[in-house]
Amino acid sequence: MPEAQEKKVGIISCSGEDCVEGTISRVATRLVLGKLRPNETVTICLPLFLAGGKEERDFARDYPTITVDGCDKMCAKVATERYSGKPASSIVVTDVMGNWYCSRLGPRRKLDEKSLAAARKVAEKVAHEVDEVLERWM
Amino acid sequence: MKMDASGQKKVIVIPCSGIGKAFGSISRDATYEVTENLRKDTTQTLCLALLVSGDEDSLQLVRHNKCITVDGCPLQCAEKNVKLAGGDLAGSLRVVDAYKENRHLKPKSVTFLDPDGQKMALALAEKIAKKVDGLLRNQ
Repeated sequence: MPEAQEKKVGIISCSGEDCVEGTISRVATRLVLGKLRPNETVTICLPLFLAGGKEERDFARDYPTITVDGCDKMCAKVATERYSGKPASSIVVTDVMGNWYCSRLGPRRKLDEKSLAAARKVAEKVAHEVDEVLERWM
Repeated sequence: MKMDASGQKKVIVIPCSGIGKAFGSISRDATYEVTENLRKDTTQTLCLALLVSGDEDSLQLVRHNKCITVDGCPLQCAEKNVKLAGGDLAGSLRVVDAYKENRHLKPKSVTFLDPDGQKMALALAEKIAKKVDGLLRNQ
């Protein structure tokens, strides 16, 4: 990890389109970036990362990352490990929410109150992990 | 080609879902408008990241069905990734083109689309739906 560089943590969301947890991973990531830890985090566009984006892959190699996946297939984590290195932390929505399972029945397009509450809970967890990563970086 | 219970063919609509700018969110919202509303019986979407991670079911789905990609920016990551997966790419739409046709709209919000973003998504969804109809007519 470079020492002289600005301290930033990359948040990589799966944004899975097929189930509501993918939308929750996306919204949670945006909440961290926009509200909870705007100065400490950046996001990496997963489709660009997967398509071979050099800047994205270099960043994920040189800076700590936190992956946020909707389900236990953990596509964001797998891709990060494959192309850049092991993430500093990886969070799965269905794990954070306990008895949730990946479902196509939920409101994938516009989160309802229950799903939005889940996104906030996941975002808090991500923010906590960001703090932990930065503390280890000091 | 995948068929539903009535035997009707399906088209797979795949957005980039880019997370950095509003255009990625618009690609995603337009896809849901098509798959959940405008053409819900003849289309479906899938997880792009799961496809690229090599999931066999997803690979079979894009290789044996007509696919339409919906990309937020000119880098066209959804299109690139579907091609890399060997998918049957039958159409490729871009939010930037919808923007050029609707310059009065100024979408800004990424997390939750603002009214301009929603309007642009609906305009794009109509184009996707027309593309779907054309593909199904030619089957």
